[in-house]
Amino acid sequence: MNQPAKLATATAQPVGADQGSLVIHRLRKEYRAGHPVLREVTIDFPSAGVIAIIGPSGTGKSTLIRCINGLVRPTAGEILFRGQDLAKLTGGALRQARRRIGMVFQEYNLVERLTVMENILCGRLGYVPVWRAWLRKFPQRDIDRAFDLLDSVGLPGFAAQRADALSGGQRQRVGIARAIMQEPDILLADEPTSSLDPKTSVEIMEILQRVAQDSGIPVIVNIHNVELARRFASRIIGMTGGEVVYNGPPDGLTDADLKKIYGGENWME
Amino acid sequence: MMSRDSRIAFAPNWPTRIGWLALAVYVVYAGSQLGFSADRFSTGLEHGHRFLARMFPPNFSRWELIASGIAESIQIAIIATFFGILLSLPVGLLAARNLMPAWVSWPTRAFIALCRSFHPIIVAILFVKAIGFGALAGVMALIVASIGFISKLFAEAIEEISLKQVEAVRATGAGFLSTLIMGVQPQVLPRFIGFATYQLDSNLRNSTMVGIVGGGGIGASLFTAYQRFDFDVVLAILIIIVSLIMIAEIVSGWARRVFQ
Repeated sequence: MNQPAKLATATAQPVGADQGSLVIHRLRKEYRAGHPVLREVTIDFPSAGVIAIIGPSGTGKSTLIRCINGLVRPTAGEILFRGQDLAKLTGGALRQARRRIGMVFQEYNLVERLTVMENILCGRLGYVPVWRAWLRKFPQRDIDRAFDLLDSVGLPGFAAQRADALSGGQRQRVGIARAIMQEPDILLADEPTSSLDPKTSVEIMEILQRVAQDSGIPVIVNIHNVELARRFASRIIGMTGGEVVYNGPPDGLTDADLKKIYGGENWME
Repeated sequence: MMSRDSRIAFAPNWPTRIGWLALAVYVVYAGSQLGFSADRFSTGLEHGHRFLARMFPPNFSRWELIASGIAESIQIAIIATFFGILLSLPVGLLAARNLMPAWVSWPTRAFIALCRSFHPIIVAILFVKAIGFGALAGVMALIVASIGFISKLFAEAIEEISLKQVEAVRATGAGFLSTLIMGVQPQVLPRFIGFATYQLDSNLRNSTMVGIVGGGGIGASLFTAYQRFDFDVVLAILIIIVSLIMIAEIVSGWARRVFQ
């Protein structure tokens, strides 16, 4: 299979470490005043590769990822990416920024009644005018790319299928293709494997890893499965109670660190 | 210690019993107030018998008049449904509380409630008085009725969509309209089609009625036939209306299947 080359985002080019890296500085989020979900989170992300965020449920991993593309508005702090503070963006500027931030969801979040092709082309909605979306008159270049992406995520011939006819693993592949269709500078994945069986989970992680390698962009993955995180990530960030308690390479993650992240130890045996 | 027999499995619910009793007493009272009696009932039956006898056989000899009336009713129904739905789309969207802020959705909901607070006949009378006799008044009345009914259903359909799908489309950087087209519309379209065909059905029935108050359509002929005691013509018109509604039922069922 000649898959790898095709997963590169079309504009992929080597970027300097400063330019492509994401810096989160003293990020704070309170849904209810006085009850912070994220407290003063500061993270320097590497500019490429798979970065896994691990931590117990309810510790703010999803919130953190959603702050990056503005689905959740942070209470305070900065999210610096490509010379912009994403935390401050609103309206049109936020939409402009979102075009370059791909996102993959735990429950795939495909539009169920649309076809696979239409779902993938949703990734172009930030770029094409409304009338083109309305009449499904997407530029031929986008359509060709969508077909290529479909091949490279392993779903050739699925373009005309409706999303609600697909299995979980197939849906997640479409979800990834939709995100890459945006030609993102960064890819966010919120528990992308939590609804999938172990074998499909590995396949999905392999695709995400290929995206990171081929495009040279950071792929930030929230993940519950520590083994998968160790296996695929080049950097692991451990969070607990809305704070970062580990930020380093996978082989540096010790049992003591895991104990600090998840608490207790009986579960590790 | 309580004896075995004194335990109660189903406690008597006195408020409910009193409620039912009160309802029964009121029904009897209201009936007596309105002058219902066995005598009144039997004279009514006699009347009904004569009335039915004069209806048969149905008289289709004035078919040209009936045909033009029916044609006008159909036109009224289709035009009113078309514009009613066209206007209901934005109104329903503005009333959807999951996509609109409260300061937009609540006034819109009040407007919808206003549209549906009067029976179409009352609205038709208003329009006949305001803009004069004829089909235009009937069309306007049915448009108002359609907005009152359909936009409420549209709003409810929009409120039941999966926001996860919408969020994913929004996360790609899509603007509001693009999000509506790709994220919201596919989720609600089949239900919208269902409501629209239902409203066409409803408008067909109502369009046969607005004529009675001067709003155009077959209702005028029907009312004239009643007043002239041409009950055989009345039956002919009623048969035509029933077949019209049945045909509409078949067509709308077919439309719903196509857009499944």
